[in-house]
Amino acid sequence: MNIGIIVFPGSNCDRDVRWATEGCLGISTSFLWHETTDLNGYDAIVIPGGFSYGDYLRCGAIARFSPVLNSLIPFVDKGGKVLGICNGFQILTELGLLQGALTRNKNLHFICDRANLSVESTKSTWMKNYKKHDSISLPIAHGEGRYQCSSDVLKKLQDDDSVALRYAKNPNGSIYDIAGITNKKGNVLGMMPHPERACDEALGNIDGKSILSTLLS
Amino acid sequence: MSLFKARVFVHLRPSVLDPAGEATRSATKRLGIDGVTQLRIGKSIELEIEAANKEDARSKIELMSDRLLANPVIEDWTLEFKDEQKVATN
Repeated sequence: MNIGIIVFPGSNCDRDVRWATEGCLGISTSFLWHETTDLNGYDAIVIPGGFSYGDYLRCGAIARFSPVLNSLIPFVDKGGKVLGICNGFQILTELGLLQGALTRNKNLHFICDRANLSVESTKSTWMKNYKKHDSISLPIAHGEGRYQCSSDVLKKLQDDDSVALRYAKNPNGSIYDIAGITNKKGNVLGMMPHPERACDEALGNIDGKSILSTLLS
Repeated sequence: MSLFKARVFVHLRPSVLDPAGEATRSATKRLGIDGVTQLRIGKSIELEIEAANKEDARSKIELMSDRLLANPVIEDWTLEFKDEQKVATN
């Protein structure tokens, strides 16, 4: 198992993810600079949180045109696993690998907190270590986390069992309390909460470990 | 080739809540102005583009607006041209 973490100018959770995957779980992990196009040899790619390219224009709008993301679409088509966390989730929606969009929090604040979440679906490769309706707590830290989509798309997400995580108490105004979704096939997960910050016992919460530990099996 | 100046105005779709617009609207009351029933904030993008003709310029800007300047899931955009100048070509 080899994990690649994409690093953009402005990424700031790349080392947190590496600590979780390599430090806590012992999985071989490398950083991939955004100008790389070769994703051969990787089983899973993580797009970490941060402010890629300064998040100018819209969050993730410029990152989606980076060379490495051109290679990500065929990687996903071949069944490769992709996890987008926070800014990574925003990038995956801009890229069109996940449906919908993330917009400014309803209360206009940057929210840095812990969020209680309910596991809504375990169909995806990333969520299989949880049980449906498990209640977990993960850190959140975002200014643009309000998930938006049309009612048709929402229905499709529900029909496809693609809503992975919902907030117990909606912090940002997301439609249907959505905190994370997957693609239909279940190999791509995008989520606003930070599982990588909840993998180390020393931090007092390991509720996020079950997501990254799916890479061990 | 001609140089075209254009402005693309990007705004949230009417169905998408604009909390920043709402916060600004509430400030209009504090300024003492009543009756502002709607206030929504968008982005104005001014650009200059070299193109063979106006239609060529238009199609390039339309592509750019759909793919980069606006996210059609949550935003709409409008395009307006300003003056046009001939430019020397190499």
